[in-house]
Amino acid sequence: MQYTFTAEQREYRSVLRRYFSDRSPPATVRRLMETEAGWERPLWQDLNRELGLCGVHVPEQYGGQGFSFIELGIVLEEMGRALVCAPYFSSAVLATGAILNGASEAEKQALLPALAAGDTIAALAFTEPNGRWDLQGVETTATRMGDGYQLAGVKGFVVDGHTADLLIVLARRPGTVGEAGLSLFAVDGEADGLTRTPLRTLDATRKLARIEFRDVRARLIGAEDQAAGPMAKTLTQAAAVLASEMVGGAERLRESALDYANLRMQFGRPLSAFQSMKHKQADMLVDVELAKSAAYQAAQAAAEDDENLSAIASLAKAAASEAYVQTAIHTIQIHGGVGFTWDNDTHLWFKRAKSSEVFLGDPAWRREQMLQAWGY
Amino acid sequence: MAAPAVIQPTEDSVRAEVRAWLEANWRPDLGLIEWREKLVDAGWGAPAWPGAFYGRDLDASLAAVVAAEMRRVGAVGVARAGVRNLVIQTLLEHGSDDQKRRFLRAALTGRDSWCQLFSEPGGGSDLAGATTRAELRNSRWVVNGQKVWTTSAHHADWGLLLARTNWDAPKHQGLSVFLIAMRQPGVEVRPLKQMNGHASFNQVFFTDADVAPEHLVGDLGGGWAVANTTLMHERRGADGTAAAQNAESPRQGPIYDEEQAEAAITMEPYKWYPQRAGRVDLVLERARQTGKLDDPVVRQEIAKLLVLARSAEWTARRARAAQAQGQPPGPEGSLGKLVASHVARAAARVHTMISGADAMLAGEDAPLQGVIAEVLVSVPAVSIAGGTDEIQRNIIAERVLRMPKEPGFDAARPFRDVPRNAAGGRGT
Repeated sequence: MQYTFTAEQREYRSVLRRYFSDRSPPATVRRLMETEAGWERPLWQDLNRELGLCGVHVPEQYGGQGFSFIELGIVLEEMGRALVCAPYFSSAVLATGAILNGASEAEKQALLPALAAGDTIAALAFTEPNGRWDLQGVETTATRMGDGYQLAGVKGFVVDGHTADLLIVLARRPGTVGEAGLSLFAVDGEADGLTRTPLRTLDATRKLARIEFRDVRARLIGAEDQAAGPMAKTLTQAAAVLASEMVGGAERLRESALDYANLRMQFGRPLSAFQSMKHKQADMLVDVELAKSAAYQAAQAAAEDDENLSAIASLAKAAASEAYVQTAIHTIQIHGGVGFTWDNDTHLWFKRAKSSEVFLGDPAWRREQMLQAWGY
Repeated sequence: MAAPAVIQPTEDSVRAEVRAWLEANWRPDLGLIEWREKLVDAGWGAPAWPGAFYGRDLDASLAAVVAAEMRRVGAVGVARAGVRNLVIQTLLEHGSDDQKRRFLRAALTGRDSWCQLFSEPGGGSDLAGATTRAELRNSRWVVNGQKVWTTSAHHADWGLLLARTNWDAPKHQGLSVFLIAMRQPGVEVRPLKQMNGHASFNQVFFTDADVAPEHLVGDLGGGWAVANTTLMHERRGADGTAAAQNAESPRQGPIYDEEQAEAAITMEPYKWYPQRAGRVDLVLERARQTGKLDDPVVRQEIAKLLVLARSAEWTARRARAAQAQGQPPGPEGSLGKLVASHVARAAARVHTMISGADAMLAGEDAPLQGVIAEVLVSVPAVSIAGGTDEIQRNIIAERVLRMPKEPGFDAARPFRDVPRNAAGGRGT
């Protein structure tokens, strides 16, 4: 394990920070979050043509840049900081991850180049309206029909599910339970029998959809009945880098609260001169820095495919969830009344913090997963 | 004109030289101090120090070669643990040549024991508000006042004393540091019993205690700078964390027994420190033994503690790695003290949950022969000793986040006019 970033990684971060601060200012975030899609092509194409972001961690033989989860973590931390509205987590992290972990070599060759280039946008449909983050909760069925399959059931909470070109769907063979009988399938976004409904989300910058499958034609991805392992790994890796995205947002909030406290005058002195404010800011720094350490550790563990990855990813997700929400609450409080207004930007990050708190498993569930992964 | 030839020592030359010297001089049947005097006088005891003062001007990597050779033959090193090291570092930086000659050798050999006389009952976090006074009478310094939280004062031959020498100067400018002989009629040492039953510290009372004029360290009125050198080394963790000796040869014989006895005295005040830090290491095993590992509520609390403790550990490693790479210090380096308080408090809470009714017991009747009870009554020290949590938050806010400094009501006027505690300030 290394505990610092290399000079190249630091430089990469600063390039991304400048880029996102230029291309994803709060005004852009606000404009895009009001749209049903939640993102738009020009910015998405630039992210990929200018920075190759979708392929950052995809091996070069599949058209990616061949970097590791450490660089992916940096991308997400900076995206979380700028609250970039793009189908990145859905396509580049979740769907690409499921294919990297679960698809055959030929399928990877066929699918990944377009995903890594950002030309195809995919969503991973694994959760269902029951809201469970474990694999046992899957009820959607896949029935063999000739040389293909038919999917039936309902997926919920699918990030960018209503706009994706391609859906990667987790379904089970009828009659199976638990982690047995699970397989991954590819479904065209416009396939017959598909009903995609955008959900109203608390966090307007991360769009979710409900997807109904009425006997939809699907192609098997990877080995039949063998998706449990690859999916678990995909979700673990996703939790690891979601922690990075969350600490990026938390740090941005912390800094905005400090800036405001330095500017805001009350009783003849800046808010930041009050000891109660100084102590709160010190506590916020502790929260954010500890969560950052955990997120960096998780990205590193993912990069090295460490045997403790599962525990560390859950730890980092739990730490980042608590830190992000707490920082968001403090930031609103420090802003006072203005922090509760729509025009102030704090609520954009507050809502992302609340949504991310439960996305991929809430802190209590993650902590339990951590203990079990450690064998307790 | 040719420059004079200077032969730069190399790893090989240093290794050969120290090896030959050890072969000729190291004998496990020597007395501890007898051996260390040879070692110190030859410059091998503190090889990174200046040649003029018991050293050989070697850089850190060459000094490590010396240490490795000493370990190889099992040779005992100089005495540098605990408070002694703080005093040594302070004298190296601020002491006069006479003081270095007089005190460094006896400190390194272990002949002299030391204590640090900074904190006062009226001081608390406000160290620069010291009111112990040193006055010049008949060319001798006469000391009156009281110090507290003095580790090992009852074993000490000498003390590093922070005292006020000018009451008309602002508080930071009226302080001076002295070397005071502890074994004299004007110095009384009393143990200070803590809430956990240990008495790791002392109170020290000065009544017309005597200090020789040549034992002023640094400039008269320059004591705050001297004291800050000591405190900087204390914060770096020199206090009570002497590295274990990794001998590569059998360590049996009277000189090792003598060394162990010395270490036992030096480390005695710190024997409850693991409990003070919360004993996170015991939590899972205790939960398993008591069956509480199956309780979902307790599991959550254990997991929260582990998330915190691991994150704290990784944050400390980030800070060390950044330092090792020569990067400018980031915020992660300033949080350790405050975070350690959080970890200790959380651990004590979880230990209480796991122990249940047994948490009401102490000593032999309590879990793990009283270790858990000792955790519960020792943890409050972490958020006070070495800078309270509140002071740590101020430091983080002011130095890391660059927020405005606390308004000062004391720094700009004569100390004589600064409101202060009447006497003691020990509360009820």
